Amino acid sequence: MSGSGVSCRHAFTATLLEEARANPRIFAVTSDAKGSVTLGNFEKALPAQFVEIGIAEQNAVGIGAGLARSGKRVFVCGPASFYSARSAEQVKNDVAYSGVDVKIAGVSGGVSYGALGSTHHSLHDIALYRAIPNLSVIIPSDAHQTSAVTSYLARHPGPVYMRIGRGAVPDVYASSEGSFEFGQATELRTGSDCAIIACGETVHHALEAEKLLRDEGVTCTVLDMPTIKPIDEDSVLRAARNSGRVVTIEEHSIYGGLGSAVAEILSQNLPVPLSILGFPDEFVPAGESAALYDYYGLTASKLAVTIGRFVRSGRKSHHTIKAQQ
Amino acid sequence: MAERGVRNLERKALEIRKQLLNIIYGAGGGHTGGSLSSVDILVSLFFHTMKYDPTTPEDPARDRFILSKGHSVEGFYCVLARAGFFPAEELATYGKFNSRLYGHPTMKIPGVEVPTGALGHGLSVGVGMAIAGKRDNARYRVFVLMGDGEQAEGSVWEAAMAAPHYQLDNLVGIIDYNKLQISGDVDTVMRVSSLRDRWESFGWHVEEVDGNNIRELTAFFATIPLEPKCPTLVIAHTIKGKGVSFMENDASWHHHVPTDKELEQALTELDAQLSEVHS
Repeated sequence: MSGSGVSCRHAFTATLLEEARANPRIFAVTSDAKGSVTLGNFEKALPAQFVEIGIAEQNAVGIGAGLARSGKRVFVCGPASFYSARSAEQVKNDVAYSGVDVKIAGVSGGVSYGALGSTHHSLHDIALYRAIPNLSVIIPSDAHQTSAVTSYLARHPGPVYMRIGRGAVPDVYASSEGSFEFGQATELRTGSDCAIIACGETVHHALEAEKLLRDEGVTCTVLDMPTIKPIDEDSVLRAARNSGRVVTIEEHSIYGGLGSAVAEILSQNLPVPLSILGFPDEFVPAGESAALYDYYGLTASKLAVTIGRFVRSGRKSHHTIKAQQ
Repeated sequence: MAERGVRNLERKALEIRKQLLNIIYGAGGGHTGGSLSSVDILVSLFFHTMKYDPTTPEDPARDRFILSKGHSVEGFYCVLARAGFFPAEELATYGKFNSRLYGHPTMKIPGVEVPTGALGHGLSVGVGMAIAGKRDNARYRVFVLMGDGEQAEGSVWEAAMAAPHYQLDNLVGIIDYNKLQISGDVDTVMRVSSLRDRWESFGWHVEEVDGNNIRELTAFFATIPLEPKCPTLVIAHTIKGKGVSFMENDASWHHHVPTDKELEQALTELDAQLSEVHS
């Protein structure tokens, strides 16, 4: 799998700048995070559309809401860890409840900050923001898709939480074109033994695992689920119906995230065996993001072992077994 | 303002006090004391100082008002209805199932800029509106009414820091300083005294006014901004429960609902004051 070498945050800010040049209503707000978000070029090019708030995430979201109530399309940008906890009430009330045109762009999400520790991790953001009405949740899987998501957000009104990672991830898509459709999953691989549903950085690990499994004779469908809310229920059900078992993979707590969203759909409509892979309910040890992925079994080789075992356990939905008879 | 104008506003304020007590009584719930303390500020802003057209509540040129102390909603609703944002008959639905009139302001009501109720949010939103106004070279002003108990919220001070930084002389923060909050005396719950020093040290131009004196309030609001490139902070000294003798300066009336007898007595007192204004 090739890598463009561009991180999702660079793809985000490059596209945002392009969109903002064309639309002066687009504003970027940040909280002493223009370096970590990579908004330096934006500030230089469009100072009248840039607002620095200092280290005050609650204020940044409230100010973003005020700008939006005055006709701006606002991207409030900063570390996902802070924008998914510190300013959660502002996101709930000032943004989602009021329905204003504010996008929260949480960068360096999940365990991107690695060894900096759990103060800087956001392994709870999907769970939190999924439960707030009127707020969409999007986690793109590579730089191309991040660019496509950013263009989409720059052209559509309404409250959204988007989380992107810190480092460059291998390309999942060849280009941004066709890489993102709001509220829709993309079927990247098609197989019959298991459906793997992933989001964000875990998608490329899922694709690598799929390759290893195929070599062993196990074929998997791989779904990229960038829009976690509203989730693509039809694609989840179709994948479950076709393969009889589902694995979800996410850089998030196994509580309340993508796996939970999938479980809610399957358990009430098509109960097939489901395995939810992600981070357990604990504060993680010190380590870089890659080391943490390995420690928690989220790298391709470990995922292949886990998924292979899950498939060979023979548990399959009655629906599918009947369909095959 | 001419004497007659002041008297008209004073009459309006008394009528709104009666109305807000009636809707709290009808709903069986509400925030009585803080609504009564803030009525004169609202009346001065909505019927004298602010420029807006209730038939185009989203007009980009409108002056904006944010009730950051969102619990004082009953007086706010009565003012908005009287100003023409929604029919006055709808006030009777307050506290009823599926009414547009929640116990805190929401976007369902024209004239409400942002849903409030969780304290410490309004000033940040006001700062955002004021920054947008500056960037757009617009002439509108933004008024944010906060509570004194609300001053304990840390986010208030994040916004307090940002407004002078961006030289927002189009922003006016007002503190309804009635000295009481739900648990009792504000300074006993968490000391806020030296409010003036605190806001001045953050870079605001601070003035203190009698927040229950419409003549003084309207005259003061006509002088803002007091200083170019500087946001204005008004410490409005008010009386919680203002206008009803047995509710005044009594923290238990923060969200106490009047009984039949108490309502009758309160309305009688307000009617007596109305006849004095008429004379």
